[in-house]
Amino acid sequence: MTRDLTPLFEPRGVVVTGVSSHPGKFGFVTLHNLLSCGYRGDVFAVGRGEDTILGQPVLASVDAVPDGAADLLVACTPVSANEGIIRSAAARGVRAVFVTAGGYAEAGPEGAEAEARLAALADKLDLVLAGPNGQGVTSPPVGLCAQIVAPFPPRGRIGVASQSGNFVSAFQNYAHQTGVGLSRSVSAGNAPTTGVADYLEWFADDPETDVGLCYIEGLDDGRDFFERIRSISPQMPVVVVKGGTTRGGQRAAASHTGSLATDDRVFDGMARQAGMVRTATIEEAFEAAATLATQPLPGGNGVLVLTTAGGWGVVTADAVTSHPDLALTALPADLLAAVDALLPPRWSRNNPVDLAGGETRDTIPELLDMVAGHPAVDSVVQLGLGIQGNTAALTRDGPFHPGYGLDRIVDFHERQERRYAEAAAAAATTHSKPVLVASELAVTQPNNPMVAAVRESGQLCYPSANRAVVALGHLTRYASWCRART
Amino acid sequence: MPDPRCDYLPCGMVENGVESPTGQETQTLSEACSRQIVADAGIPVSDWVTVGDPDAAVDAARSIGLPAVVKLCGNTIAHKTERGLVYLSLTTENEVREAAIDLLAAARPEDGPVELLISTMVQGSRELIAGMVRNPQFGPCVMLGVGGVLAEAIADAAFRLAPLDRLDAHDLINDLGAQDLLGEFRGEPAVDRHALADILCLLGDLAADPDVTSVDLNPLIVVNGRAVAVDALVETSGDADPA
Repeated sequence: MTRDLTPLFEPRGVVVTGVSSHPGKFGFVTLHNLLSCGYRGDVFAVGRGEDTILGQPVLASVDAVPDGAADLLVACTPVSANEGIIRSAAARGVRAVFVTAGGYAEAGPEGAEAEARLAALADKLDLVLAGPNGQGVTSPPVGLCAQIVAPFPPRGRIGVASQSGNFVSAFQNYAHQTGVGLSRSVSAGNAPTTGVADYLEWFADDPETDVGLCYIEGLDDGRDFFERIRSISPQMPVVVVKGGTTRGGQRAAASHTGSLATDDRVFDGMARQAGMVRTATIEEAFEAAATLATQPLPGGNGVLVLTTAGGWGVVTADAVTSHPDLALTALPADLLAAVDALLPPRWSRNNPVDLAGGETRDTIPELLDMVAGHPAVDSVVQLGLGIQGNTAALTRDGPFHPGYGLDRIVDFHERQERRYAEAAAAAATTHSKPVLVASELAVTQPNNPMVAAVRESGQLCYPSANRAVVALGHLTRYASWCRART
Repeated sequence: MPDPRCDYLPCGMVENGVESPTGQETQTLSEACSRQIVADAGIPVSDWVTVGDPDAAVDAARSIGLPAVVKLCGNTIAHKTERGLVYLSLTTENEVREAAIDLLAAARPEDGPVELLISTMVQGSRELIAGMVRNPQFGPCVMLGVGGVLAEAIADAAFRLAPLDRLDAHDLINDLGAQDLLGEFRGEPAVDRHALADILCLLGDLAADPDVTSVDLNPLIVVNGRAVAVDALVETSGDADPA
């Protein structure tokens, strides 16, 4: 049965222990973050030496927290203090605890004993125990930033659970960069009682979360993990990055979390069997999750590539063709005729539909809608946008603007870019098919109006066509897994 | 005491004390016992007979049909190929007789009681490997890989957790990198994926017996599109208490 993690992710109030006036200490940072990101519940600071910190009265003990006023304790106190603090917190009505301190099982036999006692105590008191040795929890829908690090991610539909806190931060950073936000994120730490699968199970039932995104180094019970993810997958896709897939990485993982690594090919087969979306890298994982969170599932593997100019179309056709889960749709005769009526004669007359630099009739929005609407097309990759926006930027920054009519052409270019991006998002919505826009400008010129408009539409502007194809491959494979099994 | 599944066979089991991934002592069954277990499970295995002397070997080869394979089979013989105890492609009765004589002469005292295993020489240009292993974290898994002399270098293999349903089995086949090898190949028909999926599901089902530690079908030769095991090695847990 799924453990209720509501007190962890949507607490009524939060207690932070270990608060001191030193702005570099975890207690201070956590208090600061809780007070700075829009959390509207009560926050109780427990520490010593000061009357107030950050305008917050400092309580000498958890016993001073009003009964039932807080669901979550964020313990920024050392190993020796935590058991006593947790007992007192439970007596004040706290139902979930996040323990940030290291020095538990990862630190040797003595720490392992302390961790076993911590876990037994949490069980006895019926508390959700997150961590120890983790960096915290965030919950953008309620403005909760209970972590010892930055950033606080924008709100979205991706739930993150990671065996490494650094990768929680990495996913939060990508959320910031791309605008595709997170619903929840948690650093699982050593996870003696609440592990990645527990978080994912709760995410699957969480109305704020559509996609699970996790980083795994090792599993205590691989079979249990498999069974649980397999039952989650039809309801919510789970994206996984597995660390420690080589001997070198396995040694690093063992010293990192004390976890047991396994034959990578067995893990890979297990992941596929469970419907998991497994990626090779962190950025690929984020992009796969962002795609699952923002694009409809395709009905099949047929991809149509739409490009304003040649080279992009060629490499993307290569990428689609060599992808085992995707196929380049043969352009149906009726679609060819319809496109022909819209474009100047020099277009490619093939898939990729290549405008050959001939976009002079302002047809991109209509074209996007037309190809996305055709039943032979399961998904669309749109390339080569942003050129006009780039021209606008150079013109605007040059010495002749706004004279010579340059103000008007700059406005026109920027307006057009926004129209294209909005048309891509509209085509995806109207036809319920993935429409992915890819351009290096997503990274090189994030202020390009096309990039900005894709971002505002809630979708990901892919930093390259190849990365869009990889993400689309994951989306398509997951859709196919669901179709076969449900 | 032989494994109860093999008590109708004249051969016993090989006690080689190999430590399995799950930490248990395991015993390797002889090829004849292994073949019987796999065949009883419904997996296609090339026809075979075990006999005690060259005359019976010739009779067996005659009834199975030439060309034939003759191997020395015994309680403690695990690495037949390395010791040169496998004679392939024997096309005449005389060759079978000579092979049988040579093999019986090659037996060493430490091999204990031995016998001859006569089987059909299965012809096909494609070889696969399939098996069931127990992973310490994920439990029983079914493996499928590309076989043959280059198999180790190619290392094209994939896994699924047992038991497998038919979708799992087909996905496992699709995971192999060498998909071209499964299509029509050098005048031979495409591999029958449904029949191969059956084998994979049956291998997974063998894991339901906790005493079966691992099963190794190496190789499976593709004949007219159908995969047939021409060698089998079953390991069982040490609980059987060998004599």
